[in-house]
Order: sequence, then C-alpha cells, then structure tokens
Amino acid sequence: MTTNPVPAAPALTLTALRKSFGTTRAVDGVDLTVDRGEIVALLGPNGAGKSTTIDLLLGLTQPDSGTAALYGGPPRTAVLAGAVGAMLQTGRLVENLSVRELLTMMASLYPRPAAVDDVLALAGLQEVAAKRADKLSGGQTQRVRFAIALVSDPDLLVLDEPTAALDVSGRYEFWQVMRTFADRGRTILFATHYLEEADQFADRIVLMSGGRVVADGSTTEIKSVVQVRTIRATLPAVPVPELTALPGVAAASRHGDSVTLSCPDADTALRALLARYSGARDLEVRGAGLDEAFRRLTGDDAPGTDDAQRADVLQEVAP
Amino acid sequence: MTALDTTIRPALPGRRRPPGLTYTGYELLRTVRNLRLTVFSLAFPLVLLVIVGGANKDVGDFLGTGISFPLYYLAGMISWGAMMAVISGGARIAPERQLGWVRQLRLTPLRPATYLTAKIASGYLLGILTMAVLTAAAVLVLGVRMPLDGWARMYLLVLIGLVPFAAFGVWIGHVVSPDAIGPAMGGITALFALLGGAWGPLTGNSGVLHSVTEWIPSYWLVQAGQSAFTGQWWPAQGWLVIALWTALAVGLATRAYRRDGARV
Repeated sequence: MTTNPVPAAPALTLTALRKSFGTTRAVDGVDLTVDRGEIVALLGPNGAGKSTTIDLLLGLTQPDSGTAALYGGPPRTAVLAGAVGAMLQTGRLVENLSVRELLTMMASLYPRPAAVDDVLALAGLQEVAAKRADKLSGGQTQRVRFAIALVSDPDLLVLDEPTAALDVSGRYEFWQVMRTFADRGRTILFATHYLEEADQFADRIVLMSGGRVVADGSTTEIKSVVQVRTIRATLPAVPVPELTALPGVAAASRHGDSVTLSCPDADTALRALLARYSGARDLEVRGAGLDEAFRRLTGDDAPGTDDAQRADVLQEVAP
Repeated sequence: MTALDTTIRPALPGRRRPPGLTYTGYELLRTVRNLRLTVFSLAFPLVLLVIVGGANKDVGDFLGTGISFPLYYLAGMISWGAMMAVISGGARIAPERQLGWVRQLRLTPLRPATYLTAKIASGYLLGILTMAVLTAAAVLVLGVRMPLDGWARMYLLVLIGLVPFAAFGVWIGHVVSPDAIGPAMGGITALFALLGGAWGPLTGNSGVLHSVTEWIPSYWLVQAGQSAFTGQWWPAQGWLVIALWTALAVGLATRAYRRDGARV
C-alpha cells in the first residue's frame, strides 16, 4: 500500500523539532529527512532524546516548536491511512486475548490490513497463535508487538529500541525477522544504543546526543567517526601540534611526559609515531567505547545533555 | 524459527465487518473472560441485600411508604451495584495505560468514539450482570414480587441513567494512576451512592440539600431504581440532569483519551 498525501514526499521530515519537559530540553532542534526505502538507525546513549523524537514523529506528543511530517502530511493522517507501523520501547500486551485474536482486533482497525495468518508467519508466531498474549516469554512478546506494528502492512516502520529487553539469541531472532521485512523495500527507522545493531542492519546512521543530531551519514562513515581508538605513550619534549599533524591522528593532548592521541586510523598513526619518534615507549592502544565517542563528538559540556537525559528517565519512571 | 514466509497478502475483502464492531466484540470478549472484575461491584451490594434485606424481610411498610423493605432496599442496591459495575469497566483502563496499551492504540486509526463505545459496552455488560444477580437474589432469597411493568420501567431507566457513569469511569481510568484506582473508585462510588440516596433517604423531600442532590446523576439513578414501585418515570429535570452529566463525562473521557499519548 502506498500513501501519497504529497506525491514523492520523503517518508519522514523533521524540521527544527523541539520539545521540553519542564525546564529540560529532551529534543533540542532536530532536523532529519528519511527517504522512502531507507533503513535508518537512530543511535545514541540513553537519554539522547531518541524516544521523545519518536513520540513526536508519530504524533504521540506535540512539539513545542518545529514540525514532524510523514509522507508530507501530519503524522495522524499517515496513521489513519495505515501507512505507519510502530513498536514503542515500553509496552506489554493486554490480557484475555490470544495472539491471533489480538492481531485480528488490531487488523480490524485499518483500512487495508494484512492477512493475520501472513503476519503470524512472518513474525514466527504460528506456534503460539492460540496462546494468551499476556502469558508469553519476553522474546515472544516482542515478536507479537512487532506483528502488531506490521498488521497494517505499513510503508514506514518505526521501532524504538526493539531489542532492549531481549537476550542475545532473542536479539538474533528478532533481527532475522526484521531482515525479511526489510527485504521488501519498506522504510525503516529504528532507535538503538548498540553500534553493532546499527552497523549490521542500517544503511544510514543518525547519531543523537543531548537532544540533537550530532552526526548523520552512511554506516561506514559513522563507524569511522565512532570507532576512534586512543594511543597513549610516554614521549617527552614533542609539541602537541606536531603530534596532531601525524597521519591518522585527529587530536592530541599531553599530561607531563605522557601523550594521548585520538585516532580514527590507529594503525597508520602508530606506524607514523614509531617511525618518527624512536623514543616513544609504554605504548598502549585502546578502543574507545560508544559513550566515549559520543563525548568526543558532543563535548563534555554540551548544554542540555544531562537535562535531556534526566527528562527521558523521568518520562520512563513517572507514574 | 527456520524458513520464514515473506509474503504478506491483504486480508480478504468481504470477510470484514465494520471496524468498530470487531473491536468492540473483542473488548466484550475480554470482559467476559475476566468476570472476576465484577466481584468488587457485585459482592458488597449482594451481601448487604441478603443480610440487611433478609433481617428486615417482614417489614411490609417501610417508613410509611407502603413498600416492603426488601423491595425498597433492592432499588438502592441495584442502582449502587450497577453504577459500580459500569465505572469499573472504564477503570480497567488505568492498568492498560501502564502496559503502554493506550499509546499503542493511539498509533492506530481507532476513533475516540469507537474506543469510548467499546469501553462503555464493557461496563454495561458488567452492569447488566450485576443487576441480574441482585434481582435473582431478591426474588429467590427475599421473595420480592413485582408486576412486570415495574421491573421493565426500573431496568430501562437504570440502563439510561448509567450512561454518564460509564463514561465517567473511562475518564477516571485515564486520569488516575493504577495504584490509586481502587481507592478512587471506592470513594467516588460511595459518595455518589450516599448523595443519591442509594443507601437510604438522605435529605427527606425538601430543603436546600435536597435541591442540590437533585442535580446529581446518582439521585436519578436511585429514582430509576425506585420507579419499580413508585410507578413514576423521571420528570423533565431527571432527563436534563442525566443528559448534562452524560455530555460532561463523554467530553472529559474523549479529551482524556486524545491527550493520553505520553509515556506512563
């Protein structure tokens, strides 16, 4: 099914989107366009503003300023047409219906739903179709929630940390099922804080931190930004600008005799370092975690980061 | 999970019913499968009816009304029990919000009117069941007898008078947290029952307080119960009060559902 309120409009357009909770800025000026057929990962640490961004783009909450458009129109229009399927981060299933009954109920709400049997098959739920939906394991529950997102046969699928509650094998199964759906050329936007998930599944990664988009590019590009390594060495008397100029080095700093180099390409940097300064010793190469990469990209003192984090946490625990 | 079928075909046309009908049907099915919900609304009125009504079984002329005590008491217990039942139908929304289910529904084309209708229908199912059990207890245990038109008038008016309470329950389910929903429901239904006179005449038939209670919907719900033996339909004020409270409660409930997109 294709929905075209505005012909050829991108699947998703966010313009200068802002949302605060009290004095805390959860989403602080997000611009984002996702074209039809793209598979985009929204990558960021907890509290980066991913969930709030997703709530805004689905029309579950209203922005303080800026706009969210799906297929060129208001989110609700796309929802009414059955063009959007979504799996929110938190959510369990209501009691007293079987999996099949629950999906039939949800399908009945859409103008042109998918056949429930096909959705059951795609999500790997045939064996539990007759079981009560509230009595399933965590992995099965996630697959039912995924099936609910698919039941309208959507053009755009939005998933907010779909594997957060799953163990390793549950995660593997989930992405296997997602792969099958993705092969059908639909648009997918998913939030995650796992770099591997974004890497394995998306063609494009949008990096969020402190309520803002801090990087946006192909999976390969973002990986090279994020997977920076750190070289430490004892190396007296070499000025910092000289170290910064080494190939493969992005930044350098000195504490006494010890220097620290941030390296997008650590192999090249290490070779250059050893070739030029034979006195370098106590060498140590370390991979930077995602969190460190975020800190480097955003700066420790990025305004709003902590506030936005707190806002998201409050949102999740508030009664 | 091994071989995955990747095809998704559209559902067969023609086999589909109007969307609201299927949705409401499954809501009712969920209610039927969860009848322990009625324990709260049914147990208190039933126990009171059997104990208090039974102890005063032979009072043939209660407070000079010419009505037997069990019949008089049945009218109050039916209006109170049915009111609790329909409100509890909506109050079930509170735990559903906590599950994140209301947010999930907001991502579907489900219309607020259909949502509200299905919840009210569930409340009515519980209300009708409560009325049936209380009536059976009154007839079989207390030996209450009444002409058919008396029963018919009572049921009809009570069913109409329940509409604002059913919608009110939906509103409560959206604005009260799951932890507080039990006490909130108990308090609100007790207040309505007391002011409406379900537990006995509160204010006599005149005075300022009486005029105030005449603007409370539970007063007319109790009058509906008593219409079984008074033989009187509501006066214009009764219809007006029920209509006004219905408009208010439906408005509040619809607004609450529309606004309820935030994470809980």
